[in-house]
Amino acid sequence: MNQRSATAEHRKAVPFWRDERVLKVLVQIVFVMLVIAVGLWALSNYRERGLTFTFSFLDEEASFDLAEGIEFAPTDTYARAFLVGVLNTLRVAGIGIIMASVVGLFAGIARLSNNWLVSKIAGVYIEIIRNTPLLVQLFFLYFAVILNLPSIKEVIVLPGPVYLSNRGIVFPWARLTASFGGWWWFVVAALIGAVVLLIIRKRGLKRTGHPSFSLLYVCVPLIAIPVLGWMLISGSPLLLDLPEMVVKSGGVLKVEGGAGFSSEFMALLLGLVVYTGAYIAEVLRAGIMSVPRGQTEAARAQGFTRGQILRLIVLPQALRVIIPPLISQYLNLTKNSSLAIAIGFLDIYAVSQTMLNQSGRVVEVFFMIMASYLTMSLTISLIMNIVNRRIQIVER
Amino acid sequence: MAVQPELKPPPTEVGLLGWLKKNLFSTWYNVPLTIFSIAFIYFVLRVIIIWAVHDARWEVVTTNLKVFMIGRYPAKEAWRVLAALGIVVILAALTWVLWRRKDSKIKRWLVIGWLLSFPLIGILLRGFSRESPFLPLVSADIWSGILLTLVLAIVGIGASFPLGVLLALGRRSKLPAIKVICTVYIETIRGIPLISVLFMSQLLLPLFLPPELRLGTVMRALTGMTLFSAAYTAENVRGGLAAVPIGQYDAASALGLNKVLMMVLIVLPQALRAVIPTIVGQFISLFKDTTLVVIVGLLDLLGIAKAVTGQRAFIGLHQEVYCFVAVLFFICCYTMSYASRRLEKKLGVGER
Repeated sequence: MNQRSATAEHRKAVPFWRDERVLKVLVQIVFVMLVIAVGLWALSNYRERGLTFTFSFLDEEASFDLAEGIEFAPTDTYARAFLVGVLNTLRVAGIGIIMASVVGLFAGIARLSNNWLVSKIAGVYIEIIRNTPLLVQLFFLYFAVILNLPSIKEVIVLPGPVYLSNRGIVFPWARLTASFGGWWWFVVAALIGAVVLLIIRKRGLKRTGHPSFSLLYVCVPLIAIPVLGWMLISGSPLLLDLPEMVVKSGGVLKVEGGAGFSSEFMALLLGLVVYTGAYIAEVLRAGIMSVPRGQTEAARAQGFTRGQILRLIVLPQALRVIIPPLISQYLNLTKNSSLAIAIGFLDIYAVSQTMLNQSGRVVEVFFMIMASYLTMSLTISLIMNIVNRRIQIVER
Repeated sequence: MAVQPELKPPPTEVGLLGWLKKNLFSTWYNVPLTIFSIAFIYFVLRVIIIWAVHDARWEVVTTNLKVFMIGRYPAKEAWRVLAALGIVVILAALTWVLWRRKDSKIKRWLVIGWLLSFPLIGILLRGFSRESPFLPLVSADIWSGILLTLVLAIVGIGASFPLGVLLALGRRSKLPAIKVICTVYIETIRGIPLISVLFMSQLLLPLFLPPELRLGTVMRALTGMTLFSAAYTAENVRGGLAAVPIGQYDAASALGLNKVLMMVLIVLPQALRAVIPTIVGQFISLFKDTTLVVIVGLLDLLGIAKAVTGQRAFIGLHQEVYCFVAVLFFICCYTMSYASRRLEKKLGVGER
């Protein structure tokens, strides 16, 4: 019996509904049809209510006020209102990510400390924060702590001066002056110079193998050029703007000048930083613990100093483990910033809520919320993935 | 040669002194660090204890204890909640005692008991109809307090599990259409905050369902929780599936099992066992996340707490109330994470 007839017979024996190649296509078609059918069914229910899908309302007048973020008047459009929300979310997420990293770094180091007490204090902090809901922490911070601060009449003045009251915090901040534009070019030049020097030093390290102290060298142009610019340009480009207490007409007290956070922003930021910081600390600890003890011992046997062991042996290996969960912590922080609505901070979600109450455009607003959070998530993971890939390649 | 008498180790190396030297004063910078830590602990504890013993008005918690537990559930029907709790406690105790035996028949009965307990408790809590003399209707919309928190968390994780397994299998599928749809679903849900999913389920779901099919607010929140949790379960299960060696698939095909049987009998049992600790972790975070239903207006434990702080007699007692809620959550979550760590050790998942 030859091969061909056997195959033919085989084909005959397998009816098409049991032929795997046919089945594969069939299953997919059925599945897609099912998804489309559910979608169409949902859409028809939506249509039956006489609802449409249009974003034209975005150009209409919003006619509500927003107290937080960039300038906004009730006569502005819905689109601008949404922009206010997006910028507020970005602000709290951006500052939050930086501060949470710092808190997490300190807590992580403390947790790994060989000092028993320090390690235990960090452990208690991490466990308490990780085992209670963020929203409870936010409520506690906002209602029980920040709103319980003294009113503006008995404002707490910390050295600086920093004004702290139940309306928020105001602190000194640098104000740009007219000559800032000229000085800015010196800063750019400093950055370029630093990068060029870094590349040269790194190449030198590769060629000769001698320690390059590249970071030390980089600091030179980074500091020298802006200072030079400061002296060359007439007038200081930055001025320290100190806040001060003023009495408005009718005896209304107000803190003017400086920069500040509203009490809602402060509560949200503090809550997010403390919460994410605890998680980041755990990520760091797990990363450092993942480096086998033998690596440290081998390095010590070869005469590396403690600093060198950490910098050259432990951290490069730990970072590989640390970066992926760190990305997801940053993403979580960004997503958790949507809890702002519970304490009245005007982020994307809170502004959207007002928008849809005013306009009734539920589906459209939901699409906008989803699109903006997905964009942020994808951007953060893209950036961190690039960082991650660099670390992996450099190491191998 | 005379044998040297065995010398005792110096007193600074063993015992309490040794411990102190090793753990608190090992290097020069650890000395100020330790002193600073002791001062820190002293001040923090002093503030907390003085507040808790002296200043705090705990009567806000003690008088409202029942409200925290069952919220707006009718007081006359409160025994039903206790009965439901009793069923769970008895089942848990039976499981605790009997599970270690190698008898698979008992295990099967236990599993059946657990599966039956869910509809039973559901009927017990919800009741039949408004006029029914026995178990009158208590609409899910007025479930509140810890009861609602538990219902949301347990139903959320339970209902999301099958969906999550299917999504995980779909994402690992070799058929591109299924893979793409499942991946898009998982990544979209994971990319947006839970609160926007809850918002969707509260406001959008009714718009896309036929008018006859009306879900209460609690049911809608549960739908949202389930849809959200399923995406995370899917990712966890996918991790477990990846851990099953390829040889298991080959062996199953060699035995002549078809794709479905291969998954159900060979792959999934191994994959699911590997992800038990992760699922416990996910349950803990879902348990914490149930508090978000406050934002869409439900009265779970936190919602009740917020309402209690508005009571005329106790207005503004935020510290006491939120501390109480936080402590409750801490006890539950810490116990669960401790148990899951032990489970992990027992299953040896961490060792691989």
